[in-house]
Amino acid sequence: MLTNRSKVVVNKQMTFMERIYLPAVIGGLITTMKHFFRKKTTIDYPKEKREISENYRGQHVLKVDEKGAERCTACGLCAVSCPAEAITMTAAERKKGEENKYREEKYAAVYEINMLRCIFCGLCEEACPKEAIFLTDRLVPVSGNRDEMIYGKDKLTEKSFNQVDISKRQTPEVLAFKQQKQYQHNK
Amino acid sequence: MVGGYIIYKSIMVVLIFLIGLGIAAYSTYAERKVAAFLQDRLGPNKAGPYGLLQPIADGVKMFMKEEIIPDVSNKFLFILGPCIAMLTACMTGVVIPWSTPIIFNGVSYPLQITDINIGILYVFGVVSIGVYGIMIGGWASNNKFSLLGALRASAQMISYEIAMGLSIIALVMMTGTISLGEIAAQQSGGNWNIFYQPLGFLIFITCAFAECNRTPFDLPECETELVGGYHTEYSSMKLGFYLFAEYVNMFISSAIISTLYFGGYNMPFIGRFVTDPNMLSILGVVFLFGKIFFFIFFFMWIRWTIPRFRYDQLMHLGWKIFIPLSILNIILTGAGILFFNK
Ligand code: SF4
Ligand code: SF4
Repeated sequence: MLTNRSKVVVNKQMTFMERIYLPAVIGGLITTMKHFFRKKTTIDYPKEKREISENYRGQHVLKVDEKGAERCTACGLCAVSCPAEAITMTAAERKKGEENKYREEKYAAVYEINMLRCIFCGLCEEACPKEAIFLTDRLVPVSGNRDEMIYGKDKLTEKSFNQVDISKRQTPEVLAFKQQKQYQHNK
Repeated sequence: MVGGYIIYKSIMVVLIFLIGLGIAAYSTYAERKVAAFLQDRLGPNKAGPYGLLQPIADGVKMFMKEEIIPDVSNKFLFILGPCIAMLTACMTGVVIPWSTPIIFNGVSYPLQITDINIGILYVFGVVSIGVYGIMIGGWASNNKFSLLGALRASAQMISYEIAMGLSIIALVMMTGTISLGEIAAQQSGGNWNIFYQPLGFLIFITCAFAECNRTPFDLPECETELVGGYHTEYSSMKLGFYLFAEYVNMFISSAIISTLYFGGYNMPFIGRFVTDPNMLSILGVVFLFGKIFFFIFFFMWIRWTIPRFRYDQLMHLGWKIFIPLSILNIILTGAGILFFNK
C-alpha cells in the first residue's frame, strides 16, 4: 500500500487470441532473436579487462618516501582497523646506518597481508598515520596455492625507482588534510 | 553386382551414422552457443578457436568419469536402457531420402539407404521403441526420481504419438503414399506440403518437440522436481548416451520435418539454373541439410524462449487440444480433397 505498487488479482478469462498461445510464442521468439544479435555483456576476462574506476581498491602497496626509505613504522593501526584481520606484522628497531632504509626509528621487519582474507575495504589505508599503505588499481593475481596468497614485504613494498602512483586515491579531503600545519612532520 | 550393392549400402549406412553422430556432437556445442547468444553471453570459447573443440572435450570428460552402477539396480536392464535409447535414435536415419539418385557410370545410386514403402510407419515404430529405453533405464535405476521421470516420459510420448500419428494421416491422405522417398519426390518445384497442411505441420512439430523431450515439454528431465529425471542414477558414458540420443533424435526429427513438410531435398526454381542431374542431387543434399540445420536451430531457439509446461497442462494440451485438432484436420483435409478433387 505504501509503495502504491500492490496489484489486485484479477481472474480474467483469457481471450481466444491468448488461449491459442501462438501469438505469445511468436512474440517470445522475436524477443529472444533480438537478444541473439545484441552486443554480448560477457567480458572475456584474460583477453579483455573490465574498466575499473580511478580510485579502485585493489592490491596494496607499502610506500617508500622520495629517498627510498620505508614509511611504515609498525604502529599496528592498520592491523587493528582491519575488519577481516588480514594484516600481521612484527616490529623491529632501526639500527644505526639504516636511516636510508627506514624512515622512523621503528619499522616492520615482517609485514604480511593475507589476500584471501582481505575484503579490500580500504580501512587500513584510512587508519595509517604515516601514509604508508595504499590500495591501488592493480588486481591481485590468482593462484592455485594458499601460501602464495599471503603477501609479504617483498610483494607489497614498492621500489623507490618505480613508485606506484596513488594520487588517484587521494581525495580532496585528504589533500586538504595534508595542508594542515600540525601534520607537517608526516610529509 | 550384389557385392557392389552391399558395399554401397554399407558405405551409406556408415556415412549416415557418422554424419548423424557428428551433427549430434556439434548440436551440443551449438546448443550451448545458441543458449549463450540468446542470453547475451558468449558461450564456450576456450577449447580451440571459438570453442570448436568443446564437443571433443565433453566426450573425453564423459569417458573419463567413473562408472557407477547402483547396487540396488537391475544391472542388465540398467545397461540396456541407454543402449536402446541410442540404437533407436540411430535407426530412424535409414529411411530418410537425402537426395535424388546420383548416376555414375550408368548405374543409379540412390541417396537413401532404403526406400521401404512404409517409411513413415517404420519411423513411428522405431520412435515408439525409444520409449522403452527411457522406461527401462528409469525403472532399472531403482530410484523414485528416475521412475517418476520415466513414467512422465512414457506417458508424454505415448499421448503425443497419437496426435502426431493423426496429423500424419491427413498428410498421407493428401500424398497417397507413406513412403518417405515418394513424399519427398512429390514436393518438387515449391509444391511443399506445408502450404496444404499448415495445421498438420503445427501439430506435428509440437508433437516432435514432445517426442524428443525438448522444452517446453522436457518434463521427464525437470531438474527442479526430479533431480535429473530418468537418468538421475546414470553416470559416465551411459549418461552421455542418453543425452546424445536426445540430440540424434533432434537431428532425425528435423530431417523428417523437412522431408514431410518442407520439400526435403527440393528447392523451388533451382531447376532453372542447374540442369545436370548429379549436380542437382548434390545440391539437394545441401538444401536438405540447410533445412535440417534451421530446424535444429529452431528446436534450440524454442528451448531458450518458452518455459516448461506443468504436467497437467501438458496432458491437457495433448489429449484435449491436439487430438481433437488433428481429427479436425483430417476432416478438413478430406473435405478439401473431395472439393478440389485433387
Ligand atoms: S583493505 Fe580492509 S580488509 Fe584488506 S587489509 Fe586493509 S583493512 Fe584489512
Ligand atoms: S602501514 Fe601504517 S598503520 Fe600499518 S603499521 Fe605501518 S604505519 Fe602503522
